[in-house]
Amino acid sequence: MSPRFWRSPLRGPWFTSVLGLVLLVGITVLFVTGLVSYAAYNPDLSPVNDKTPDKGILGFYLFAWPTHPHWLYRLDQGVHVTLGITLIPVLLAKLWSVVPRLFALPPARSLTHALERISLLLLVGGGLFEFVTGVLNVQLDYVFPGSFYPLHFYGAWVFFAAFVAHALLKTPMALRTLRRLREEKNDLVPPRPAEPTVSRRGALWFVGGGSLLLFLTTVGQNADSLRRTALLAPHGGADPGSGPNGFQINKTAAYAGIDEAETDADAWRLVVTGRTGTVRLSRAQLAELPLYSSALPIACVEGWSTSDQWWRGVRLRDLAALVGYDGDPPDLFVESLQRHGAFRRAALRANQAADPRSLLALYVNGEDLSPDHGYPARVIVPAAPGVLNTKWVARLTFGDL
Amino acid sequence: MRPPRIPFGSPVQLLLLAASFPLAAYAGVRLLADDWFGVALWIVGAALLHDLVLLPLYAAADRALAAGLGAVGRRGLTMYVRVPAALSGLLLLVWFPLISGTADRRYRLATGLPPEGFAARWLLITALLFGGSALLLAVRSATGRPRRATKRRPPAVH
Repeated sequence: MSPRFWRSPLRGPWFTSVLGLVLLVGITVLFVTGLVSYAAYNPDLSPVNDKTPDKGILGFYLFAWPTHPHWLYRLDQGVHVTLGITLIPVLLAKLWSVVPRLFALPPARSLTHALERISLLLLVGGGLFEFVTGVLNVQLDYVFPGSFYPLHFYGAWVFFAAFVAHALLKTPMALRTLRRLREEKNDLVPPRPAEPTVSRRGALWFVGGGSLLLFLTTVGQNADSLRRTALLAPHGGADPGSGPNGFQINKTAAYAGIDEAETDADAWRLVVTGRTGTVRLSRAQLAELPLYSSALPIACVEGWSTSDQWWRGVRLRDLAALVGYDGDPPDLFVESLQRHGAFRRAALRANQAADPRSLLALYVNGEDLSPDHGYPARVIVPAAPGVLNTKWVARLTFGDL
Repeated sequence: MRPPRIPFGSPVQLLLLAASFPLAAYAGVRLLADDWFGVALWIVGAALLHDLVLLPLYAAADRALAAGLGAVGRRGLTMYVRVPAALSGLLLLVWFPLISGTADRRYRLATGLPPEGFAARWLLITALLFGGSALLLAVRSATGRPRRATKRRPPAVH
């Protein structure tokens, strides 16, 4: 395609450099918050937490996920998803600004250039893959080819490998372009520009306006008081109900396949197993144990969260003490009544079980848990991802995993 | 006679790529482990769909808009149409599953939330965007402020 085909007077090193530097910072934050979020699942603790058992050295940085501050996961994943959505216009504009190079001839000027073009396929294809899988997953549209966790995690590494090489190569040039006020001159500047309809600065405001619009219609799904402002976000708008149990639900009892007969007061027993054997407790017996309160949020991998809810129940460490771990609770294996769901069995680390705010909650905001929030009992742990706060708990097994 | 030399290119860049490809391959093998064809199709398809379908479509629409307004001597109005149209299209692109309802049964069952409102809200936002643009144009026309959309000189220096 002849360079004369490209007409936009906006294209040139300045526009591309500004967008590139925004993406440099933004995508680095996305990558880091993504890795941190991955660590929050404690994938190295137990196979049930690990959706990527073949990760090998890609899990090199994993660490025991802390319980302080209690909003850690809420903040990290909220930033990851909200920023990712906000960056979409910048990504699209950046790709638009360099599209003439896709059609530049000759296709490869040198051996290095040929390899660079392969790397650019990983950069563009991998980047779009990450954005598309993320955007589809938060809308529960699971059309991508496989399970979200491995696709998004391994895809991120493929993309990031190409991204780092690209950033190291191009950032110095981009910084030079912005520092020096020089004439716009490179292969992106059209030889035969059309009459401008907007200045470069105006175009940048336009891209920023797109980001702002997405941000303002999304960010509210991270706080109950702002939720109505998140007009198009999946957990924006109204809450699913009113009253103490009215707050946002990740998966309802119906979706998880909970049978009411199993949660009935006569049928349901919590089975707690540990060093000294097994204890079975009805909900009434649990309610007679010392009860404690914790103000903790529900924070989902899909990038929405609730404000702190007031949970009340039995401390996990007190349940550990019932089965022989007095004062030193070990790791904990939690099993739910739910039929479906990747995390119907989940593992918590000793530090999570030991935290005095970690509860097997029976009540929320002063009422019994509703079926959709995990009646008869659910786990709630500070700073843990939503799916590790197991609902409809049937069995707790204390012991090293 | 020597065979023609293949140009080598920047050695620094070559080394960078040589460091990047093994990491990409290490993760790529794992990414492709389950459904290699499906995943490869998605990655290559995402790049091709964007570069060869989405971008040409919106660029052609934009050219047609500027040319159409230019033909009636109102090229200066381009941004008043381009901005609301692009912002509305952007929202549709990002939230297409919710707006079109492709996963509405799962959405309702999983979250307990009604899936119907998204299309209506998107339409209302679109109406607001175009309405705001019209209002801005009317105010600017009434106050006689010149539309500073076109600069003669290429805006090279910032």
